[in-house]
Amino acid sequence: MPPVVQIRDIHKIYESGEVPVHAVRGVSLDIHKGEFVALMGASGSGKSTLMNLLGCLDRPTRGSYLLDGIEIEKLNRNELADLRNQKLGFVFQGFNLLARTTALENVELPMLYGRHRRLGMSEIRERAMHCLEIVGLANRHDHFPNQLSGGQQQRVAIARALVNEPQVLLADEPTGNLDSKTSVEVMGVFQKLNDDGITIVMVTHELDIASYTRRNLILRDGVVVRDEAVQNRLIAHKELARIGQAEAAAKLVSSPAA
Amino acid sequence: MRFSTIFIVALRALRRNAMRSILTALGIIIGVAAVITMVSIGNGAKAQIEAQVATLGQNIITVFPGSFSQGGMRSGFGAALTLTPEDAEAIAAEVEDVDGVSAEITERSQILANGLNWNTTVKGESPDYPYIRNWLVAQGTMFNEQDVKSLAKVAVIGKTVADQLFPNEDPIGQTLRIRNLPFRVVGLLDTKGFDMRGQDQDDVVLIPYTSHMRRVSRRTNINTILIQGSAPDKLDKVKMDVEDLLTQRRRGREPDFTVRTQEEIATMATATSSTMTLLLAAIAGVSLIVGGIGIMNIMLVSVTERTREIGIRLAIGAHGRDVLTQFLIEAILLSSLGGIIGVCLGIAASEIVSQTNGWPVLVSPSSVFIAVGFSAAVGVFFGFYPARKAARLDPIEALRYE
Ligand SMILES: Nc1ncnc2c1ncn2[C@@H]1O[C@H](COP(=O)(O)OP(=O)(O)OP(=O)(O)O)[C@@H](O)[C@H]1O
Ligand SMILES: [Mg+2]
Repeated sequence: MPPVVQIRDIHKIYESGEVPVHAVRGVSLDIHKGEFVALMGASGSGKSTLMNLLGCLDRPTRGSYLLDGIEIEKLNRNELADLRNQKLGFVFQGFNLLARTTALENVELPMLYGRHRRLGMSEIRERAMHCLEIVGLANRHDHFPNQLSGGQQQRVAIARALVNEPQVLLADEPTGNLDSKTSVEVMGVFQKLNDDGITIVMVTHELDIASYTRRNLILRDGVVVRDEAVQNRLIAHKELARIGQAEAAAKLVSSPAA
Repeated sequence: MRFSTIFIVALRALRRNAMRSILTALGIIIGVAAVITMVSIGNGAKAQIEAQVATLGQNIITVFPGSFSQGGMRSGFGAALTLTPEDAEAIAAEVEDVDGVSAEITERSQILANGLNWNTTVKGESPDYPYIRNWLVAQGTMFNEQDVKSLAKVAVIGKTVADQLFPNEDPIGQTLRIRNLPFRVVGLLDTKGFDMRGQDQDDVVLIPYTSHMRRVSRRTNINTILIQGSAPDKLDKVKMDVEDLLTQRRRGREPDFTVRTQEEIATMATATSSTMTLLLAAIAGVSLIVGGIGIMNIMLVSVTERTREIGIRLAIGAHGRDVLTQFLIEAILLSSLGGIIGVCLGIAASEIVSQTNGWPVLVSPSSVFIAVGFSAAVGVFFGFYPARKAARLDPIEALRYE
């Protein structure tokens, strides 16, 4: 089977400032269906830039990109929009939820456009609710983003990325603002989705988070310097159980002292 | 996107900024309310004048003494009375498509009866008069040709005169004195109400014009000739024939008369009020445009402020067109909701004006449709530029926007 993502010698040069910034300098990459990839690297190494290219939000300066066999360079603005809508789910660095809009309405958003535009409002609502259930937020559906914790907002963003059943889920630092336990919860959601066959590419700074994935890519100055399979893969629900026990133990120990 | 969902999205966006939406629409609301109120008052005034003109009767042509031809000015309304009863008789005898002719002579006079006295308008008329003016004789009868010929001392009186001189009495058969001459009341006219100048038309005594000329006013000329044409489409022809006939009868002298159809009189009477209505509506229309510019301003601010939102929508698959429609619909919703609220306020204001001032007010459906349609159009026109600006944003740039 051909890879879902196939990029060849891709470059991105930002010309906007006084000095052009060569943010991605020749990356070639194959990602197959069902993979779960962590993209790591120092700040400014070009991770977000590469994610934006993968997510068809930005066009490469040079190089070719085949997404599910489709040549991206040949698509126009609207075709790219449809592609993003149908094949990709994007979780942005820093949530990007619509303010003063309920969690449910945020999740409904992708269904208002593209292939699903013909759906009726009640069906849209139902599907959005289902995705909120997957991320465990069904009971908070009518809350506004400012009434939700960081982890909950991140999960709403994930639900929104999932709602059109994408082939590839792209997440830019999905755990960047979360504490370690919530991070593991989010990884649990990702692992479950991955087990269901969704391809996931995720940016992270944290090594332990990366070990929940199956493949780690290290980026430095816009080039992939390491690409290896994860050896001792962590399983989120086991880790959660362990953390739960540790917490309980901490309470048992600390309560007599208090 | 489905149209219904576009609507829902636009409504949600407006609801998110409810206060600002209301303030934005306020310009339109006030503009439309002003248009509706102004036009309603204008229409009411016009309708009232037209109703009063209609009380003149149907298919009426009036001949006045004096002419417009001299330097564009009429040489004094009734200043030189040059119309004669013979003119009226000639018209009745010679002009075709004429149903009735009345020679009219008018004078204010003190009248007496029962020891009561009353100052009223004494009109000399022909027997055709009630028929021409479509004015029924409620009791008794109108005087006839024989009375005209014999200069009979008979009178037909209006309701007001009857109330003043013969309270609680049947006026028919009673006697009243004009210039100390006894006239027998033979008929009582139906109630007619007020005319265009606000005068009580029921405050009148009709006597044969011959009696008026010989016994009361002692004049040889009459004030006006009332003519009733047989049908509306015959009026222009009758008017021309009357002009020709009277010119001919003057044998080359300057024409000293003016012939006017009822329609011309109505047009003259309503001209001022129409101009006023137009002027007020124009001022109100300007305020609508100002309201539209307000909408454009707020929509532009809104597009800048919501750049991130637009970026998110574009990133998850909205086409430029979807964003364009969303913002355009928002603008149209704002302006047409403003329009509808404005119409309601305008109708309410018209109602209040008519209740408190007693002015006649007429809310015309066409002004309502035009106002709502125009405000929707304002939304399209002034919403398009901001909407297009939003639609042309680059998704990645919009997402980075701080
Ligand atoms: N729009 C832009 N215009 C100019 N330069 C840019 C732009 N976006 C990113 N860059 C530059 O490109 C380089 C890569 O940036 P990128 O955002 O991809 O880094 P990153 O790996 O995601 O960093 P972080 O971990 O901090 O998010 C940086 O040097 C950055 O300054
Ligand atoms: Mg980044």
